[in-house]
Amino acid sequence: MLMGYLISVPLIFSLLLFAIKDRTSINGKIALVASLLTLGLALWIARLYLSDPSGFPVFHPDFFHYLGIEFKLSLDGLSLLLLMLTTFLFPLIIYSGVGGEPRRNSFYALMLLMEMALIGVFTTTDILLFYIFWELALIPIFFIAILWGGDNARAITFKFFLYTLVGGLIMLAAIIALYVHTGGSHSFAFADFYRLMRDPRAQIWILSAFFVAFAIKIPIFPFHTWQPDLYQTAPTQGTMLLAGIMLKMGIYGLFRFVLPLCPDTLDRWGFVLIALSVTGIIYASIIAIRQNHLKRLIAYSSLAHVGLISAGLLTRTFYGMEGAMFQMISHGINIVGLFICYEFLVRRTGTGEISSLGGIASNAPVFATFFMIILLGSISLPLTNSFIGEFLLLMGLFQYNPIVAAISGLSIIFGAVYMLRMFQRVMYGPTTEYTIHFKDLNTNEVIVLIPIVVAIIWLGLAPGSLIDIATPAVRYIGSITMQIIDY
Amino acid sequence: MAEYIWLVPLLPLIGFIFIGLNLKRLKGINAGLIASVTVASAFLFSLLLFFTYDNQSGGRTIELFKWIEVHRLSVQFSFLVDHLSILMLLIVTGIGTSIHIYSIGYMKGDGGFNRFFSYMNLFVFFMLILVLGANYLILFIGWEGVGLCSYLLIGFWFKNHAYNDAAKKAFIMNRIGDLGFLLALFFLVREFGSVSYFEVFGKASQLPSGTTVLTLITMLLFTGAIGKSAQIPLFTWLPDAMAGPTPVSALIHAATMVTAGIYMIARSNLLFLLSPVTMATIVAVGLATALVAGSIAIYQQDIKKVLAYSTVSQLGLMFVALGTGTFAAAMFHLTTHAFFKALLFLGAGSVIHALHGEQDIRRMGGLKIKIPFTFLLFLIGTLAISGIPPFAGFFSKDAILLGAFQFGPVTGILTTAAALMTAIYMFRLLFKVFYGIPRFAENASHPVHESPASMTWTMSLLAILSIVGGFFGLPHFLGGSDRFAAYLSPVLATPIEGTRSESINLLSEWMLVIIPLILVIGLVAYSWSRFVKRANERGDALGNGWMVRWVSNKFYLDELYEAMIQKPVMWLSTFLHEKIEIGIIDKLVNQTGTLVVWIGKNIRYIQAGNVGYYLFYMVISIIIILFFNLFK
Repeated sequence: MLMGYLISVPLIFSLLLFAIKDRTSINGKIALVASLLTLGLALWIARLYLSDPSGFPVFHPDFFHYLGIEFKLSLDGLSLLLLMLTTFLFPLIIYSGVGGEPRRNSFYALMLLMEMALIGVFTTTDILLFYIFWELALIPIFFIAILWGGDNARAITFKFFLYTLVGGLIMLAAIIALYVHTGGSHSFAFADFYRLMRDPRAQIWILSAFFVAFAIKIPIFPFHTWQPDLYQTAPTQGTMLLAGIMLKMGIYGLFRFVLPLCPDTLDRWGFVLIALSVTGIIYASIIAIRQNHLKRLIAYSSLAHVGLISAGLLTRTFYGMEGAMFQMISHGINIVGLFICYEFLVRRTGTGEISSLGGIASNAPVFATFFMIILLGSISLPLTNSFIGEFLLLMGLFQYNPIVAAISGLSIIFGAVYMLRMFQRVMYGPTTEYTIHFKDLNTNEVIVLIPIVVAIIWLGLAPGSLIDIATPAVRYIGSITMQIIDY
Repeated sequence: MAEYIWLVPLLPLIGFIFIGLNLKRLKGINAGLIASVTVASAFLFSLLLFFTYDNQSGGRTIELFKWIEVHRLSVQFSFLVDHLSILMLLIVTGIGTSIHIYSIGYMKGDGGFNRFFSYMNLFVFFMLILVLGANYLILFIGWEGVGLCSYLLIGFWFKNHAYNDAAKKAFIMNRIGDLGFLLALFFLVREFGSVSYFEVFGKASQLPSGTTVLTLITMLLFTGAIGKSAQIPLFTWLPDAMAGPTPVSALIHAATMVTAGIYMIARSNLLFLLSPVTMATIVAVGLATALVAGSIAIYQQDIKKVLAYSTVSQLGLMFVALGTGTFAAAMFHLTTHAFFKALLFLGAGSVIHALHGEQDIRRMGGLKIKIPFTFLLFLIGTLAISGIPPFAGFFSKDAILLGAFQFGPVTGILTTAAALMTAIYMFRLLFKVFYGIPRFAENASHPVHESPASMTWTMSLLAILSIVGGFFGLPHFLGGSDRFAAYLSPVLATPIEGTRSESINLLSEWMLVIIPLILVIGLVAYSWSRFVKRANERGDALGNGWMVRWVSNKFYLDELYEAMIQKPVMWLSTFLHEKIEIGIIDKLVNQTGTLVVWIGKNIRYIQAGNVGYYLFYMVISIIIILFFNLFK
């Protein structure tokens, strides 16, 4: 039943916000309360789950039985981690808007709707329901980006919408094909699907369909061109949703469906997908170096980071999969941290152009410190969360092929290049007309950044808390798909 | 005692956090005092440990907590206490304490005083993690952590973009080496299933010498050392790193951080001894670096740059010692070098302080009378580094030369040449700064003055160590018992018999001492006549040939890197973004969309609302269907 509450709380508050009159002074607070309630519930659920993982109840209301489609929500390690990420980030994303532009009710209502859809995506155990939540999550972000977006928001958002909608439809086709082409009666439950379809000739189509859908969402090179534009034009809170949580849907999908459904094809063709991901890492890292807009720079850096995640995951080695799990979480935290810093910066300067900024560190040492720690997390310095993730991912890639690992590893050099270059130009040097009156962070803003920074260091110091949750899920998916290389 | 070893890094960490949280609240020199006290306490603890640690059990591993545990890989957060780490502890905390105290005087009045000390404490913390770690991954935490602090401290005066560039360059060049290091770790995990020293060395020692994978591992580890310890081809960041405040140069870029590569290889001596190819490479790289950097040092005009290149050159000599298998000699030189190079840098700082920021030696001269105490200390440092007995450098350099000659005569002669260069550039520096006529403008409001006591006293301590430090390792033929090597012997393996050409007899040992000594004295005399007596007749430059131009411009290496790496990457960045990203990939995506729109546009004419057309399509369709059914 708890899972039911979990998904209804954001939904109810969302509807409430849609219903009541616009009050810019309190709507943010209502949304914050809703997201905190959801976080509380999620924490409670996590405790319940961890005390007895196998006995965790499935939420299964008798909505409908049709064609074996069932409304089922449950948890395993993978779902739990993404649920925690989602519910942890939402309050911060909402809170980061305090002191920014006032928004209408619908803005927050859409955000909460999005939270509900994301929770659904990560916790459902029915593949058709997964598809429904998947597309449902697209609607709020579409409106957020198009209604509150900056320059050229309509065209850019529309492109994104169509692009990922097409991906979604291809996935739907694959789901139906899978369902229809396999004999016997079975449901749409994941577990049933894992037992289907071992015919390698059909697998390649299924693999391609799923992969394209997820590759667009993540995005993986060369399906990424919607991303930098959208990140730039969307309101920053929307960008946080996109980069911090929504793209994890794609990686989650790779994990849940591509790996277990198409093992034979991956054995033969996995290298192509890994090659695409690795190309993306280098490609995006190099492009990031010369980006002049902060949001675009972060967008390309994100592209490089998720390229590494998908490459490591697709090696289907134990370390690679474990690293992908870990890095999904780290990446979510770090990139939201970066965008929060961006938000605070733009609020004061009105510009995200790197060349217009400079010298902020001398006016705002507190801001500089937070920004620096988050940046260090993002370039994976040891004792930050993403070091653990990248270490495991690169180790997985190394087991797959040392040369590939060496090439992917170049990202740690490029990462330092573009991030430090950016930091230098934004924070150091002489002040400019935009930054001369830069005020340091206020209490509200510090409160938003503290959880991020604590999470970055905590996960870097004690990664076990997260790894232990991930391991059973990795073993489970691994037992279906994997070529564990055992060392 | 050893089980409380975690206190040692914890103290500076607490200092860092406390100062960091109270950046605005701490007034006056309080931050400096707090920082110094934490490091000094760590030093006292290390001293106690040094005297009480009993080596019966070999090294002791202190496990703190499980850090990473995935699948078969289990990495403990654990410290290793043995003679090598105790030695490094003493150096780091000892030199660290003196430089902290010195900095109180040096940084007084700087707007970033508190920030400076928080970074310094953080640096000491990471450096201690580096030397204490009981496995390669903990070492790597410190390894990257000190890189970060180096970055922060080089760019300490961050309003100046030239300094920031230097800081960034240091970090990135280090990261290049770090990638090699990481790959070495993956190989270690693959081959030995662990990254802990004990397990790796235990398993590696059962492999035959020269195994390919060991060569690979050691080569990759050495790549890491090249970055961190500024060797060819990654040494150009170190001279630029002099942008940082001078105490930083003394602590990080002379005494401690840059020697991390030496420490790491000495720590892994077992692996390296099993890889003769890597050992030979280390000798070659170290020797080339020592010669190149030594020759560049002769032509520098910036007091700190001379010292920086000198550091690179001395590090090269330490690598020669490592490569020839005389690990104890490398560690010995590391230790004495920490004393006298820190002293020299602090002396340089004192000179710069006295001249209110002047660093160009062309605008110095005659300072012997103005700041006699600094002069005396600088002189001691110079004598020590040049290898003049009985100062510290003499003994450690002798140990390295001995190893080099045992490795081979050519190596020996070249190493001697590199060591002799020290005398030239150091005495040139000494003479140009302290002798001759003053070449600086002194005005009444800013008189040239001796540094405050906190600075001179700490320098005196280092000076004493530079004088007596060598006696810790007094070799046998001079009547000593080489206590230094004996102390490290439980940790450092001795080279396998047969890798050395022949053992050297007593006569040759004496020759090795006397011949270089005569040459050094000759060179000092030459420098005296060249830079003091006849300084004016021949002007400043040492010559103007193409060789000189090449050398004084550090062989145009920076320009080469810019042309070969930086520019192409920048070009590629623009190319990928404009031509590939926008020009091809995105265009394709957009054209797919346009195509759909185009199809829609054209197809809609079919549904134009004309009933006649609809009937026509219907009839045609029926005919086609019938037609198909007919032939089925």
